[in-house]
Amino acid sequence: MPSNFHLDAVPIRLQACGKSWEGGGRALEPLDLAIRGGETIVFLGPSGCGKTTTLRIIAGLESPDPGGRVFFGEEDVTELPIERRNVGMVFQSYALFPNMTVIENVAYGLKVRGVPRVERAARAEEMLEMVKLGEFAGRRIDQLSGGQRQRVALARALVVRPRVLLLDEPLTALDAKLRDGLRLEIDRLLRQLGITAVYVTHDQGEAMALGDRIVVMAEGRIAQVGTPREIYYRPANAFVAEFVGTMNRLSGEARNGRMRLGPGFGVALASLPWSGPDGAQEFLVRPEDIDLAEEGGHFDARVAASVFLGDRTRLVVETEGGQPLTVDAPGRADFARGQSVALRLDPNRLLTLPA
Amino acid sequence: MRRRGLSFWAQLAFTLLLCAFLVTPIILSMLAGVTANYFVGLKSGLTLRWVEEVWRLYADTIFLSLRIAFACLGCTLLLGVPAAYALARRQGPAARLAEELLMMPVAVPGLATALALIVTYGGVGDLRSSWLFILIGHVLFTLPFMVRSVLAVMTSVDLRTLEEAAASLGAGFARRFFGVVLPNCASGILAGSLMVLTLSVGEFNLTWLLHTPMTKTLPVGLADSYASLRIEVGSAYTLVFFLMIVPSLILLQALARRARSNP
Repeated sequence: MPSNFHLDAVPIRLQACGKSWEGGGRALEPLDLAIRGGETIVFLGPSGCGKTTTLRIIAGLESPDPGGRVFFGEEDVTELPIERRNVGMVFQSYALFPNMTVIENVAYGLKVRGVPRVERAARAEEMLEMVKLGEFAGRRIDQLSGGQRQRVALARALVVRPRVLLLDEPLTALDAKLRDGLRLEIDRLLRQLGITAVYVTHDQGEAMALGDRIVVMAEGRIAQVGTPREIYYRPANAFVAEFVGTMNRLSGEARNGRMRLGPGFGVALASLPWSGPDGAQEFLVRPEDIDLAEEGGHFDARVAASVFLGDRTRLVVETEGGQPLTVDAPGRADFARGQSVALRLDPNRLLTLPA
Repeated sequence: MRRRGLSFWAQLAFTLLLCAFLVTPIILSMLAGVTANYFVGLKSGLTLRWVEEVWRLYADTIFLSLRIAFACLGCTLLLGVPAAYALARRQGPAARLAEELLMMPVAVPGLATALALIVTYGGVGDLRSSWLFILIGHVLFTLPFMVRSVLAVMTSVDLRTLEEAAASLGAGFARRFFGVVLPNCASGILAGSLMVLTLSVGEFNLTWLLHTPMTKTLPVGLADSYASLRIEVGSAYTLVFFLMIVPSLILLQALARRARSNP
């Protein structure tokens, strides 16, 4: 593994970048975003949220509406077409050139840049070794598996030492097992190279695992920017809370330092110490933050459904008032439908949305 | 060895019979071209006399046909490949309409197209008496076949993403077009070329109206010889036509197969 292979960490700044379609309608509301040099930032959101459009604006495949500007470091690249931005791109469909062999694909960007033949071959081979495909150099593209193809695409994008690596749903076309392996490999490469990377996905698992920061997008706007932990444990709004992970919503009422949960259902779910202000309050709680209690539970519930997931058992329970809750129990615990369980809440693990 | 059932033999017999039905007239016609006297039959002996006669009378039509066919191929490549590319890149209803309009010369009878050409351009300079006039007709007629076969390949390879990938690696338009677009459409371009060459060499409808005594192509000469000379001469002419067209067809087929298996 060549240890001297390290890429510049170029920061990227988007300034008032919006995108309207020709026929009217907005794909992207004007947004500002600063991506730090060397950081891996993940755009996460449902389809049509504007994440791919943002990536294409950074790439230079789309130009932002008038007024929008894109900066690579101090340089304003808004007017530069993609071929002069020096970016690396990885596509969902691999987009390898079928008329070239593996090594020719990897060397293509170097050939375009006029790198002499000998140096070209050496650098392409070195890069192929880095993605562990050294012995596949002479193969044709249609002789490779999907995972191998995407690794060739990564090598092809990185060998030209781009200022930023852009990945558009690179794992979506692969099956689950390959996806995990390649995700780890991409993660390792990005850390090792220190390159600024922008990654687009609709898969929150990928986003959590890869992102230094995640940009959650919805309907052409940024819903939240934060580290995976911030996104998961401190969602900024209802959309992020709903979209990322599984979340239970509980309504409650605070008075005199105590919180009563569930008054909206006629029955109090639990009464907990509470340090916040008085009044009605909505709480969010993750399934893994509701505990099964041997004795002294805050409330009882009946099991409505139980799904064994291997590492855990996911229960859907119903409280006496009929409120459904999703609860994670240990994998080894077995439950029958209709069984009664006692549940505990930890006030420190209840989340609230900013007002 | 596996025993073959009755249905296999029945199918084989049917296929061979059909082949014989189609091939026999061609063989008989070619034989007639080398028979000393058609009405006496093969026992009159074999001769190359008629072939020599054809060469003496019609060699210029053969060369003109070849010249027009290759010029036509050049024109359809220069016009058709960029046109297919533009149609593949644009998705709007205008592009689909253009695609349909491009097929028009195939649907309209050749005679009507030829007449329209004569009425419109017949008076322009010396065009009417030039072989270029026939070339224009042939290009008009064969262009749709080139565009269709190239377009079919272009829409099946996700050209847009391939081009975006090449652009992200620093390739400008010309480099992308010649280094990525064309090589990945080679099979379609070859198939289209094959089509254009054979259609142009064999084209009669348009050419019959467009030709002048100085610009006779092979099929026109063929009609001429059938109408006015001994049947042996016409048959020998057919023989020459086959000798000319079959090797080039086989060559192009082989090229197209190579392009498909090794894109």
